[in-house]
Amino acid sequence: MNPFAKLLAISRRKSPWIYSVNSGSCNGCDIEIGPCVSPRYDGEQIGMLRQGSPKHADILLVTGTVTRRTRNALLEIYAQMPSPKAVVAIGSCPASGNVFAGSPTIDGPLDKFIPVDVWVSGCPPRPQLIIAGVAQAAQLLAEGKTADQKRKAKP
Amino acid sequence: MMGGSWQYVFAILAWPGLLGAAALGFFYLWVARKLNARLQGRRGPPFFQPFFDFVKLLGKETVVSRGVNPALFYALPFMSLAATVFGLVIVPVPGHAVDSFPGDIILLLYLLEVPVICDVMAGYVSQSIYGQVSAMREAVMSLAYNLPLLAAVIAMAQNAGSFRIGTLQTASFGVVTFLAAIAFLVAIPARLKSNPFSIPNAEQEIVAGAHIEYNSAPLAIFELSHALEVVLLYDAFFVLFVPHTGSVLADTALYFLISLGLTVLVTLAAATTARLTVKRAFRFYWVWGGLAAAAAMVVAVVG
Repeated sequence: MNPFAKLLAISRRKSPWIYSVNSGSCNGCDIEIGPCVSPRYDGEQIGMLRQGSPKHADILLVTGTVTRRTRNALLEIYAQMPSPKAVVAIGSCPASGNVFAGSPTIDGPLDKFIPVDVWVSGCPPRPQLIIAGVAQAAQLLAEGKTADQKRKAKP
Repeated sequence: MMGGSWQYVFAILAWPGLLGAAALGFFYLWVARKLNARLQGRRGPPFFQPFFDFVKLLGKETVVSRGVNPALFYALPFMSLAATVFGLVIVPVPGHAVDSFPGDIILLLYLLEVPVICDVMAGYVSQSIYGQVSAMREAVMSLAYNLPLLAAVIAMAQNAGSFRIGTLQTASFGVVTFLAAIAFLVAIPARLKSNPFSIPNAEQEIVAGAHIEYNSAPLAIFELSHALEVVLLYDAFFVLFVPHTGSVLADTALYFLISLGLTVLVTLAAATTARLTVKRAFRFYWVWGGLAAAAAMVVAVVG
């Protein structure tokens, strides 16, 4: 690996900027994302910053079951994020639909629409787990192993 | 021996231009973030964090929204950066001797204003409603804090009888210096868009300010330009208000101490206050900033 690529890989690992989107979550997971950058858990130690615009972010945190009403917004936000990007699914809802599974108003699971790199389990997951998920996604970004990077690497 | 033109290239690219100021600017940004974190009871980011953020942004793909003029989109961050670098080069900081020419402080003030204009234009170019609100706020704030900032510089010039940085630097220290320094100091947080004057980039209100549609490399250049602006503003404070000792070593030590002190002051103000509304911030600058400026002017003219 040449030195520039190495520096870029380190920078990607050390600077995960997140953007969270609620795709029909009960708000439980969203409340747990907030403390990740608070004094108690301090995600800034690993460079984690919450961004207001998906265009500034590297990692998309998705909470909720992906309802019919939020699906298009979610796809639009994912498309707006500049590559390389990673997706972290927060909680049980994006994975299985959780207690809403089988409802006619939900379109999940999340990986039907966008490729997911890290699944964080829990209902809701603790902030430590969310930070661990973000760190893992940042590691994948550094190694070039996210679904987005693999897709771009194919001819 | 270095030729004349090589000296300029060195000044622009290395010290006090791009590389040196970028290192210093990233350092001050890190100090601000770390101190802010410590004040909130957090540990804060690692030392190289602003540098990592910059490199990471450089290595991303650029997305240009539909309806946005790509030429302007790419040109604005570079214009902002270039103006700041040229501003850095005309300021005689320690280790950099410049031939001061009449009116160079006015040129410096113009160059200080270019990044603000670039930000305002970036907000309007973005085609985003948040960007436009931010651009408007930034333009209004520029009218507010420029009153004490410009008055401080004019009072100093009146006091020294010259618009040359070289003459201003060697002017005697007195009441005018003190009053003008206060007026300048008051203007710094608004110029750097830090709390309580983080009105144009209020992320809880208008998402990400004028840079909302900016991403990857253009955003990285804007961030770099901001880091250099911090250094340029501290440089301006240093040459205008800090007495010249004559010894290079003492000057250098003073330069770093003053810059660090300003960073700590601005961060303390940011960490302990909440954002003001545009109206209140404007009133603050035109009343209290205006008073400090008027006092400095009166003393400069009468005294």
